[in-house]
Amino acid sequence: MVQPTQQNIEDLAGAALAELSALDSLESLEQWRIAYLGRRGSLTVVLRGLAGLDIEERRRIGALANQAKQSLESGLEARTREINEAALLRAAQEDRLDVTLPGRYPAEGRLHPTTQIVREICAAFAGMGFSVVEGPEVEWDHYNFEMLNIPKGHPARDMWNTLWVDYTNEAGEQPMLLRTHTSPMQARVMESRRPPVRVIVPGKCYRYEATDATHEWHFYQVEGLAVDEGITFANLKGTLYEFARRLFGEERRVRFRCDYFPFVEPGVDMSIDCFACQGASGQAQDGGCRICRDSGWIEIMGAGMVHPRVLSGVGYDPDKYTGFAFGLGPERIAMLKYGIDDIRHFYANDLRFLRQF
Amino acid sequence: MKVPLSWLRQYVDVNLPAAELAHRLTMAGVEVGEVQETGGWDEVYVGSVTAVRPHPNADRLRLCTVTTGSASDGGVEELEVVCGAPNVAAGQKICFARVGAHLYNAHSGRYETLAAARIRGVESQGMICSELELGLGDDHSGIIVLPDDAPLGEPLSDYLGDTILDLELTPNRLDCLSMLGVAHEVAALTGGAVTEPEAGYEEAGPPAAQRVSIAIADPDLCRRYTATVIDGVSIGPSPQWLQDRLIRAGLRPISNVVDVTNFVMLEYNQPLHAFDFHAVKDATVIVRRARPGEKLTTLDGVERVLNPENLVIADSNDPIGLGGVIGGANSEIGPQTGTVLLESANFAAANNRETAQAMGLRTEATLRFEKGLRPELAPMALRRATALIQQVAGGTAAPGIIDVYPEPPDSPPTVTLTMRRLRQSLGMDVGITQAQAALDSLGFHCAQSSRDDGDSGGGDAGGALEVAIPWWRNDVNIEDDLVEEVVRVIGYDAVPTVMLSTPIPFHSPSPAIALREAVKDLLAAGGMQEVINYPLASMELLERAVPVGGETPPMRIANPMSATHEYLRPTLQAGLLATLAANQSHGPGPFRLFEAGRVFLPRSGDLPEEVETVAALLAGRRSETSWHNPMGGGAAGGGGAMDFFDAKGMVEWLLERVGIGGAVWEPGEHSVYQPGRCAVVRHSGGELGFVGEVHPSVRERFGLDSGPVAGFELRLAALLEALPESERHFVSLPRFPAATRDLALIVPADIPAGRVTGLILRHRLVQRAELFDIYSGENLAPGTKSLAFHVHFQAADRTLTNEEVSRSLDGLLRTLEREAGAALRS
Ligand SMILES: [Zn+2]
Repeated sequence: MVQPTQQNIEDLAGAALAELSALDSLESLEQWRIAYLGRRGSLTVVLRGLAGLDIEERRRIGALANQAKQSLESGLEARTREINEAALLRAAQEDRLDVTLPGRYPAEGRLHPTTQIVREICAAFAGMGFSVVEGPEVEWDHYNFEMLNIPKGHPARDMWNTLWVDYTNEAGEQPMLLRTHTSPMQARVMESRRPPVRVIVPGKCYRYEATDATHEWHFYQVEGLAVDEGITFANLKGTLYEFARRLFGEERRVRFRCDYFPFVEPGVDMSIDCFACQGASGQAQDGGCRICRDSGWIEIMGAGMVHPRVLSGVGYDPDKYTGFAFGLGPERIAMLKYGIDDIRHFYANDLRFLRQF
Repeated sequence: MKVPLSWLRQYVDVNLPAAELAHRLTMAGVEVGEVQETGGWDEVYVGSVTAVRPHPNADRLRLCTVTTGSASDGGVEELEVVCGAPNVAAGQKICFARVGAHLYNAHSGRYETLAAARIRGVESQGMICSELELGLGDDHSGIIVLPDDAPLGEPLSDYLGDTILDLELTPNRLDCLSMLGVAHEVAALTGGAVTEPEAGYEEAGPPAAQRVSIAIADPDLCRRYTATVIDGVSIGPSPQWLQDRLIRAGLRPISNVVDVTNFVMLEYNQPLHAFDFHAVKDATVIVRRARPGEKLTTLDGVERVLNPENLVIADSNDPIGLGGVIGGANSEIGPQTGTVLLESANFAAANNRETAQAMGLRTEATLRFEKGLRPELAPMALRRATALIQQVAGGTAAPGIIDVYPEPPDSPPTVTLTMRRLRQSLGMDVGITQAQAALDSLGFHCAQSSRDDGDSGGGDAGGALEVAIPWWRNDVNIEDDLVEEVVRVIGYDAVPTVMLSTPIPFHSPSPAIALREAVKDLLAAGGMQEVINYPLASMELLERAVPVGGETPPMRIANPMSATHEYLRPTLQAGLLATLAANQSHGPGPFRLFEAGRVFLPRSGDLPEEVETVAALLAGRRSETSWHNPMGGGAAGGGGAMDFFDAKGMVEWLLERVGIGGAVWEPGEHSVYQPGRCAVVRHSGGELGFVGEVHPSVRERFGLDSGPVAGFELRLAALLEALPESERHFVSLPRFPAATRDLALIVPADIPAGRVTGLILRHRLVQRAELFDIYSGENLAPGTKSLAFHVHFQAADRTLTNEEVSRSLDGLLRTLEREAGAALRS
């Protein structure tokens, strides 16, 4: 039985703490704890010897011994924490990911770029009070041409090379065709209701036409029509200017020039200033601007005031009602916006193309 | 229409740079497609050949002495040039290139700088040029011979150089198919004035009206017929100036009289025709419909069989021309012609167009007549052409003209333009002074009308103009045409830009469009790629997918561009399968493709039914192979190829998401899908569509040989009908716990799982049930299978006791035994 003295308590604690600082595994810490703080551990034994001291000495040495015990216990706790943290750090360092490996994709699906651009165009006009209507792709000559002030034998029919359906009526005529524009819905909509009218008509159109980088025989068109009392060419300009800004940016400018479509009078086409060269038309550009071919302007749609014969044809009084109509090609808009160089990509359905949009 | 500025300047001053003029014309609706420049030849001059001698060392070459006039020292400079052209001769005016000129070299195919060269031992100090060397044409067979009055020594660019505007005209602007029409447009845009050409000539002999008898038998097809007779002409090549005019405008010179008719057509727009007078039997011209089966060999050498829809110019017996389309060979002008009957007539536009289309002839005459020329033009052009023929072919014109005009109008056409209409159309006030100035500049004649426009306070903003339409314009017929004339002159920028302020009309929204777009969004969100195929296909392609012959074959295009795009598709399947096959050549997928489009079902005597359809194909592994899952596993359903249940799951999910509950699945039959691996999905008796795995022989016909292809086809109208009337309705969350029992059943193998599930779900207190295992084989009697379900019992108002659940389960087992021959698996 060792006599507990201040000296050997301090010696014991000093030795224990020195030994502790050298330990580096949880197993050796446990052995150390048993050796000093266990039931038979050195410090426990010393503490047990306190009983043999006188009361004065027992109080003094007892306090020292408790102090020593606490410092050993907190030393053990600190060292345990250190060793645990070191182990975590080591584990973390060993368990690294190659974060450059590709992630897991959800199954991917997209809408066709035509669907996307048609929606964008329709949304721009919907915001100005236009409702979307659709019509038949196989049409009568009557709606595709005659109601649009393009009677049979009119030379303007050359503007629309037509695919005719192999169907002959009792009069020996071939009156059925694939619509060459979505304009026939002008007459169909106006026949079905009284003014006011404010609609846009997206849909497929067909022409007998050789294809090249800018021509397809199958394409979409968005036609628009607004008819009411008091609608003017100034409103046409306001509406189409707002559309141009919504699709191509707030700073866009527009330009109108005289053009001819038999179902409008006056007729115009609208250009926007080139967003690629900012209308600089090649002056500041090396090699010129491919988007506007250095003209500074890009033609995007045809428009005009609804021809009075179209209005009277559907029973609207052309002295009372006026309106404007316009038509644009979504593929062309998409080609401009996304830099697509060949319209034939749209309906070739190569997924390598479709997945870019 | 090609407009050489050198020609245009005959009628109007062009004092703008060509590019600026082209821009102004384009903005005014006369689009200039291209501005072509000829000229820019440095060191090329008008020269003269003074002597030609043989080359001492080469039979085919000659030595020419050429001068370009006075030399710098005041004497006459003479240069010696070696020339190989067969047509070179002394006395000719020619295009002479000095050393240093930049010319096209036919041998190298490049532009090169001309150097002095020794040719077969003789020094050549320049070159006499052909069309090819100057870039004026393709002809290299001889040198260009210039007119005798070509100014010696003048730089060739000043003499021959030109700027040509190539107009891309819309069909309404017939006026700009003529130089005078373009001149009037240019005058309006530049503030210039138009000078009309001289049309006077000398007359002699008996009056024209006594020389020939002319009658219009069908005035509905010929409104006016004018003619003159010119005796003693000598047919030969046109003078150089006339040939140059025609060549630069894109026409080929033929002979002097014919060239004049073409020249005047380009000048005035009025097509003319010259007949050999002696070929016109009995000096009689009758304008009439052709007799059935009547024949005419036209100037292009084709014998044409005519019918009464065709208008002919006939003599006392036979047709001698197809009115306003092409002449007849029997009355053609030739070297023998001494007397010319010159026609300038007005033919009905629609009939002229029909005849030309039926004959496959798009002549310069038809391009004009079909658009409706003004009858006033006929005598003007006739007089001009008669004068020119006399000038270039000699001869004597018979006095007067023959003018058959059955129904001349009382007055020239006028249209009223009110300031009220200008305001109503444009949304701005255009003062009457400004409107009149705009119209005057275009050559319209305006008179202010006493007529009040009704709702203006008078003054400059009110009133009306009576506008006489000039002879060169056929496209101004109504008030709004004049509105356009005014606004295109004052400029569209002058019109204010104003948002619509009229009330927004209510158009009831289309639920069909909304549903179709929702379906597209859902399918894309579900991982499917939208494609858009052509709705026209070949019969062969359609039949690879589905049999389409039958009683109602697909609708055919009468004038297909090719057999590839001949029939309107009655199914989306063929296009979709072809798209899948095309993309499989780029990689293994997986492919999830859908199309939302119309199929066309014929209806007797009516437009086809256009059925909005959604179809899809799924092929390849469920997910793309990657380092995570080298075999393409990992996604729901594990790896492996997609099959029927991937397609079905997509449809089930789609129906649930659009809000269609209670769809019923049954074995189905669809020609594109494999029997036994095809389901029809119904709702309230109606067919929503089909799901299946593509029939192996269909796959084979599309070359789809890398594993199963699953798909579906839904009719949007049926989905729309199955949509619940009301919007979605919230169901309270359950407040009491469910009790779950597992149920392993033995049922006859031919009982569909769907039927068993249905029986379980219909049982009292059963809230839902999940089929979690299907087994057949070992340990089971032959002809049976085992189905295992988790069955969830739940009540809305209380927690179920064990006894209640057991009683319900017992009842369920009895029902299953009775209805489906099911027994509990021991
Ligand atoms: Zn640009």
